[in-house]
Amino acid sequence: MHIIVCIKQVPETSNVQMDERTGTMLREGVESIINPLDLYAVELALELKEAHGGRVTVLSMGPPKADKAVREAIAMGADSGVLLSHRALAGSDTYATSFALARAITRLGPFDLVLTGVRATDGETGQVGPGVASLLRLPVSTYSSRIVAIAGGKVTVQRLVETGYETLRLPVPCLLTVGKEIGYPRLPTLRGKQKARDKQVPVWGPAELGVEEEMVGSAGSPTRVVKIARPRVAREGRRVEIAKLGAARAAKEFADFLEEHDLL
Amino acid sequence: MTAFAREESVASGAVWTVAEQADGRLSKVSYELLAWGRGLADKLAAMGRPGAELCSVVLGAKLEQADLEELILRGADRLYVAESPAFEHALVEPCSNTLQYLIRLHKPEIVVAGATSMGRTLMPYLAVRIPTGLTADCTGLDIDEETGHLVQTRPAVGGNVLATIVTARHRPQMATVRPRSAVAPPLVADRRGEMVNVNVPEELLQSRAEWLSLHTFPKDDVNIQDAEKVVAGGRGLKKGENFALIRELAGILGGAVGASRDAVDRGWISYPHQIGLSGKTVSPKLYVAVGISGSIQHLAGMRTAGRIAAVNTDPEAQIFQVADFGVVGDLFEFVPALVEEIRQRKSRKGHS
Repeated sequence: MHIIVCIKQVPETSNVQMDERTGTMLREGVESIINPLDLYAVELALELKEAHGGRVTVLSMGPPKADKAVREAIAMGADSGVLLSHRALAGSDTYATSFALARAITRLGPFDLVLTGVRATDGETGQVGPGVASLLRLPVSTYSSRIVAIAGGKVTVQRLVETGYETLRLPVPCLLTVGKEIGYPRLPTLRGKQKARDKQVPVWGPAELGVEEEMVGSAGSPTRVVKIARPRVAREGRRVEIAKLGAARAAKEFADFLEEHDLL
Repeated sequence: MTAFAREESVASGAVWTVAEQADGRLSKVSYELLAWGRGLADKLAAMGRPGAELCSVVLGAKLEQADLEELILRGADRLYVAESPAFEHALVEPCSNTLQYLIRLHKPEIVVAGATSMGRTLMPYLAVRIPTGLTADCTGLDIDEETGHLVQTRPAVGGNVLATIVTARHRPQMATVRPRSAVAPPLVADRRGEMVNVNVPEELLQSRAEWLSLHTFPKDDVNIQDAEKVVAGGRGLKKGENFALIRELAGILGGAVGASRDAVDRGWISYPHQIGLSGKTVSPKLYVAVGISGSIQHLAGMRTAGRIAAVNTDPEAQIFQVADFGVVGDLFEFVPALVEEIRQRKSRKGHS
C-alpha cells in the first residue's frame, strides 16, 4: 500500500501569550512546526503501514525551511518525502495549493490513499484536502475519525459530523481528511531522526510539476487577500469576586447581566 | 494574461445559497443563508446589476414542500430544486456534479453555503472544478460599490487576524459562512417566488462513496455549533463527574455542553464537545467558560461569541481578557448558586 500524506508547516502557537491590551497573539520568536492537526494524518498513515505493509510518502509545500517539517515526519516513521518550494509557488491560495499538490501526487503515484489533516491551524480553511481530492477525481471522506475496515479494495471509514458519526465506504484510491480521534500521534524516534538527517528530500518547483509558473502561486490563485487587520478582541468586562460578594450575590449579578442582554 | 483569464465571465448577477437537508427537512442554516444572500442581491440590484436576484439551490430526497415554500417566504426569489435518492445523504460527488451543472447553465455571480461539515466538504470539491475562488468561514460579506466584487472577511490564525479577500477574475465568487452567524429573515406571508424543478442527468448522480449509516448523538447533546448558548467546562472541574454541574447549568439556560481540550484529553467528556483550534469553532449568543483558563487555542474556538462569561479562581486567567462578565472564585460555590438563582427567576416569571 502506498500512502501519501500532505502536511503543512505552521507557526507554533501553543505557548504563545496574548497582548493584554488588544488580545492579539504575540508572535515574536515563534517557531515553525508541523501543523498539529496534520500529525493525526501522519499517525494514521504509519498505523496503516504497520498493519498492511507498504510505504508512506510525505508531501509538503512551503518555504525552503519547511524541509524541517518533512524530515520530522520521516523521523516519525515515513519512508520518504518531497517538498514543493519555489518562488513561483509563493502566495498560493487554497486552489493553487490544491493544484500544485495534486500535480505532485500524480507524479508520486501510483498510490492507494492520500491523507491530510482536517485543516491547518494558521489559515484554518480546511479546503485543501477536498480540493486535492476533487482535482485528482478521488472520492473523499472529511473529518474521518476511525478506519472501520480495509478490505477488497475498499476503505470503510467513520466520520464526525454535526449530528453524529457517519460511516462511508470508499473505493481505493481515495482521500481522507483525518481528525483527532484517529489516534495519538507518535513522537519521532532517535533512529528515525538519524534516518531523517541522512535522507534526501527532493525539492520540486513548477518544472518538476510540469506546469507553467503562471498556473501556480499568486498568479494562479483566484482569490487575493486585499487587507489584513489585527482586530482588537479584548473586552472590557464587568468583574465580580466571590471572596468579596459571596456566591449568592455574585450569582444575582450574573443573572442580572443575562437579563440585561436578553439571555435568560 | 493568466491561465484563467479566459474564464472571465458573463455572470448573471444572481446570488445563490446552497440549502442543506436531512431526512427531507431543510436545516436551519438553509434559512440563515438567505439573510446573507438577500443583502448581497439587494445591493447588486441597487447598483443596477441586471439579473440580481436571490436563488436557493435545494438538493434532496422527498423534500418537505412547506420547507421549500418557507425559503421563498423568507426571501428567495427563485428555487432550483433537484430531488433524487442520490441526494439523500448529501454525498459529495452527486451534489458537486449537480451544482457544477447548474452553475454552468445559469452562471450565478455569487454562491454561498454554510461552513458545516457538508458545506466545508462540498464547496472546495466544487470550486476547484469550476475553477473559481472559495473563501472559507466568512464572518462578513459585502459588495464593493466600485468594482461590484464580493468583499469577503474571515478570521484566521485563531482569530488574531481578520483577512479581507476578493475573487476578482473568476465567477461565481464562492464563500462559506458560519452557522448561527446570521438570523434567518422573517417570514413574509404573501411573498412570491418561482420554484424550478431541475432534471439532473443520470450520470451526474453517481457516487463512488457509499453511505452506510449514521449514529446520531442524543438530541441537543453535542450539537454545540447549532446552539445559541454554550456552557463549557475545563480543567478547573477537577474530575469528570463534575461535568454534571456544567450539564445542569447548560440545561437551565437551554444551552449545549462544551469543553476545553484539557477536559477532553483527560477523558472527562468526548471529543465532539471540544471547542478550540483542534476542536470546533462556535459563535453562540452566550458562551460561559467554567474552570477554563483560556489558552490561545481555546479562545480561537469561541472568541467570536456574542457575550462571553467566565468563572475562574485565578484572577489572572487569560479567559478574563475576552470576557464581558467575569466571576473570580470557586466554581463549585458559584455554579450551584447560579443554577438556584436562575431557577427562582424562571419560576417567578412563570407565575407572573
